Amino acid sequence: MRNFASKALLGATFTAVTMLTLTACDQNPKQEYHISITNITHGQPLSPPVALLHEKTFSFWSIGEQANEALEIMAEGGDGSDLLSLRPDHPQFHSEAPLFPGESIEFTLETRNNSLRSLSLAGMLINTNDGFSGLNGIELVGLKAGQSSVYYAHAYDAGTEFNSELSNTIPGPADGGEGFNAERDDITTVVTLHGGVVSADDNFTGSTLSAADKFDNPTLRIVVTPL
Amino acid sequence: MKKILFALALSATSTAPSFAQDLSISFTNLTHGNHFTPLFFSAHTPDQQLFEINTEASASIQAMAEGGDIAGLTADLEALNADITANPAAGVTAPGQTVNFEMNTQDINNHLSMAAMILPTNDGFVGLDSLAIPDEAGTYVYYLNGYDAGTEANDEIVNGGGAPGVAGIPADPLGANGSNASGVTNTENNTNIHIHRGVVGDTSTTGGASDLDSRIHRWLNPVARLVIEVK
Repeated sequence: MRNFASKALLGATFTAVTMLTLTACDQNPKQEYHISITNITHGQPLSPPVALLHEKTFSFWSIGEQANEALEIMAEGGDGSDLLSLRPDHPQFHSEAPLFPGESIEFTLETRNNSLRSLSLAGMLINTNDGFSGLNGIELVGLKAGQSSVYYAHAYDAGTEFNSELSNTIPGPADGGEGFNAERDDITTVVTLHGGVVSADDNFTGSTLSAADKFDNPTLRIVVTPL
Repeated sequence: MKKILFALALSATSTAPSFAQDLSISFTNLTHGNHFTPLFFSAHTPDQQLFEINTEASASIQAMAEGGDIAGLTADLEALNADITANPAAGVTAPGQTVNFEMNTQDINNHLSMAAMILPTNDGFVGLDSLAIPDEAGTYVYYLNGYDAGTEANDEIVNGGGAPGVAGIPADPLGANGSNASGVTNTENNTNIHIHRGVVGDTSTTGGASDLDSRIHRWLNPVARLVIEVK
């Protein structure tokens, strides 16, 4: 793929130096990626997942850094629209429905831009305070056409809301409580992996969650196939 | 650098070690509520081990896992002519924190191991046992799990106890622990090194069975990410 990119650029240089960038993009073949996401948890619905093709230097989140507001909105309330709005012109997908345990969703992203060959996707584990799952900048360059690559996603904690598990703090069906709240009150204030939920069945009587909401890593199975 | 060392070795034909690999290492604490005590990394030969699962912990592993003391591990691995990086974070590694450092490893020391205590636990540690360091230049990502040294009962009482054989947990750097817990257990049935079963915790800050907070101090594996760039 890198070889092809340099050939395309070379061609553009010969034909129209002044329109180098545009010409190079137009001459690139369309690359399509078939993507499937499966929720492999016991009972954690995933908010409508979002997916984006982007440049190498972009990311929805970084471990050890504070969540941006778009991530906080998704991780606390399940709305990924603002994450996609960070790169409104990039190839993207926004599911219309939550992804329930055992369910899969399939879609295709396509691009002619050789610089948009990183894939990120995300959704909230909606029976948590600020837990989410997803992939963070998977490199698509090097994947072979027709060959499927499988990825397993960890559960993350956005670090924006304390995992109180209290009634009216969790938007999923286990509670039906509050989603996004701009206040940040987590004890660790950066994005990390999630420590799991405790639940009322595990000696935390104040928890609005039950044993059915518990999860372990991994939480999602993702299959990417370049067409 | 590699070329200069090679030239020296040629001209002096001494026993000076030939440096086989330059590694850039990036180590991240992935947990949400646990610190790691000073990190210990060593590159060693394939037949040497820092620790081995399902065997009894060495005295030095016990001192590391119960109190974060890596002096014993350093002495042990120096005696084996291993390449050592001790405490690259210059202290604890906080939740989400990444520590970056370089390691130059000798030709024969082509396996990498690491260990550091998970705080607050009784004798939990993040570990890596004898990873074959890749030969080819590139960037490699690994995920590390939490181990239990099997040397101390997981009573989950934070009382400052960190010396080998002393019950209790030294401290919680996050300051989120309770006090006056009655203790979760006073026995350790599996006295070999094993994958940590996790902490129990509770939500009482003034009593209960555990001084740990079940909402804060639990973790799911993996607990750390290791990125090795082979140059």
